[in-house]
Amino acid sequence: MEVLQLLISGISQGCVYGLIALGFVLIYKATEMVNFAQGDMMMLGAFIAFTLINTAGMSYVWGLLLTVLIMALIGVLIERILLRPMIGEPPFAVLMITIGLGFILRAVAGVIWGNEPRNIDSPFAGGVMRMGEVAIGYENIAIVCGTIVLCSLLYAFFRFSRMGVAMQAASQNQLAAYYVGIPVKRIFSIVWAMSAGIAATAGVLVAPVSLIDPLMGFIGIKAYAAAIVGGFGSLQGAMVGGLLIGIVEQFAGLYLPTGFADTSAYVILLLMLFVRPEGIFATIQRKKV
Amino acid sequence: MRFVFKTHYHQDINLFKHSGQRFWYGVLAMVMLLAPLVLDDFLLGEFSYVFIYAIAGIGLMLLVGYTGMISLGHAAFLAIGAYAHAWFMAHGVPLPVSLIAAALLTGVVGALVGLPTMRMTGIYLAIATLAFAMIVEQVIAQWESVTGGYRGMAVPQPELFGWDMGSPVTFYFLCLLVLVLCLLAARNLLRAPTGRAMISIRDSEISAQSMGIDLARTKSIAFGISATFTGLAGGLFAHKLSYLAPDAFTYMISIMLLLMVVVGGLGSLHGVIFGAIFIGLLPQGIAILRDTLPDAVAQLPGLEPAIFGLILIIVLIYEPLGMYGRWRKIRQYFEEFPLYRKATHKRQKKYLRTERVK
Repeated sequence: MEVLQLLISGISQGCVYGLIALGFVLIYKATEMVNFAQGDMMMLGAFIAFTLINTAGMSYVWGLLLTVLIMALIGVLIERILLRPMIGEPPFAVLMITIGLGFILRAVAGVIWGNEPRNIDSPFAGGVMRMGEVAIGYENIAIVCGTIVLCSLLYAFFRFSRMGVAMQAASQNQLAAYYVGIPVKRIFSIVWAMSAGIAATAGVLVAPVSLIDPLMGFIGIKAYAAAIVGGFGSLQGAMVGGLLIGIVEQFAGLYLPTGFADTSAYVILLLMLFVRPEGIFATIQRKKV
Repeated sequence: MRFVFKTHYHQDINLFKHSGQRFWYGVLAMVMLLAPLVLDDFLLGEFSYVFIYAIAGIGLMLLVGYTGMISLGHAAFLAIGAYAHAWFMAHGVPLPVSLIAAALLTGVVGALVGLPTMRMTGIYLAIATLAFAMIVEQVIAQWESVTGGYRGMAVPQPELFGWDMGSPVTFYFLCLLVLVLCLLAARNLLRAPTGRAMISIRDSEISAQSMGIDLARTKSIAFGISATFTGLAGGLFAHKLSYLAPDAFTYMISIMLLLMVVVGGLGSLHGVIFGAIFIGLLPQGIAILRDTLPDAVAQLPGLEPAIFGLILIIVLIYEPLGMYGRWRKIRQYFEEFPLYRKATHKRQKKYLRTERVK
């Protein structure tokens, strides 16, 4: 039973990593940019939801929707102000810009909301579902369900919608996509909006489990590890990588000495890079001239 | 503008291009040697910090600026160097031997980390090095028999042939000596085949490979050398801190080192020095800023990281070649005075084609 219990909390934790990794991979897939501020965008989303739901007294669902909307706007702004000038610059510079952005977001959140941990009034808080000897918190169920819904939506979007296909084209060759009339710049804005929205959802879902504070974005680092383990640039890979890391982390916490739980994500990452650098769902081939 | 009439092949690889350079570097050397006569202990201490940052910066510059590989985990190498040096010193190894041993040990670790990165491009490397740094931080915290864990570890007083090296003046000279040696070594490396190979990898991996450069080997060597320099800086840094704890070598330090090479100017050793001076002065600058700003803003927590982030973004958007790049532009403006064309330094945009199949 202990194993099952760990598995379930691992899956729920893994979904959070997966969701952050999803937003991260989405931006990478469409724009070839790496957003190291993804975790901090999640933190910002959680704080905005906190303000809307706890302070302004909105209902959970409306608060969540409005948060996603606001974050999408912030995502567009970030893209427009910071990353649009960087189109065509080396990837390294873009990476550093998003690191700088992370620092600023953390400072801004610290100024507005302070450094003490907070929680969102959630209808899922406290409830526990019992199946035999296994107890599952409602908030964990909410995380898993939210993740499934979001993933299905994204899958459908990329598979069937015109915009989704255009995004794939832009991601494969920016210049060629531009030539065939795809509005590459607008697509970049939309991708950032979507990614920020996903980050906000992740933030709201995870709030009851790990409280909100300006430094919560650091779990983003584990999510980046998850993205690479899954095969960078693959959406399903991001989810699988996230789940893998979430589950291993739970087991390492119980069965291995202290210190292993915190580092297991990184150990998995380094092992993966040794054994199969292209990740579980490989999307990278050798560069051709 | 000065044109050098070359009469010998060696002139291409000379350390100094012409007598003017020799003169000005000589003046700089004299100023640095005489500085302890006029500066007080506090300023000397600050200078030693700048020298140590510069040594670590040379390591990072060789990797980021010359090989084109990103590392978000250089604090880990600093930490390994610092702990190794402190451990050797505590076991009675003399200072120079201990410093070199710590640097070499760090270099070996660096080369090992570099091994799996051979097939990796920028982003993978960034996250892999970050992961490595996180693991090192945990190892230091948990390996109590050697590192003292969270309780920390005292660093023995530096001593050389019976001299106390701990006083600000002697430590200043020690750091200066090591920095000059490191600069010469880096300069020499960059005109040697390995350095040239590193630069060609930065400019284009594919063409480097077609010219017969062993990518994996060169990248691994670059990583090892970079870690060696940073480890050396770590050893000196240990004396500066005098008490080591895991929280002295966080993610923040890695980013600060990166900030240093980016602000200073990627792809130049001058940039390292400029960057180190900038980073060394930054805390003072922020302190002054706190005094002048209204209290409500000045007392904010996290002002420092926010300023870090802001500077990073501004430099990358407006002056990607950093302070040294700006200095070169200014110099060129005056050298070519009425004929300077802005387009000389226009950045070339490169549109990305993915390496993905799906």
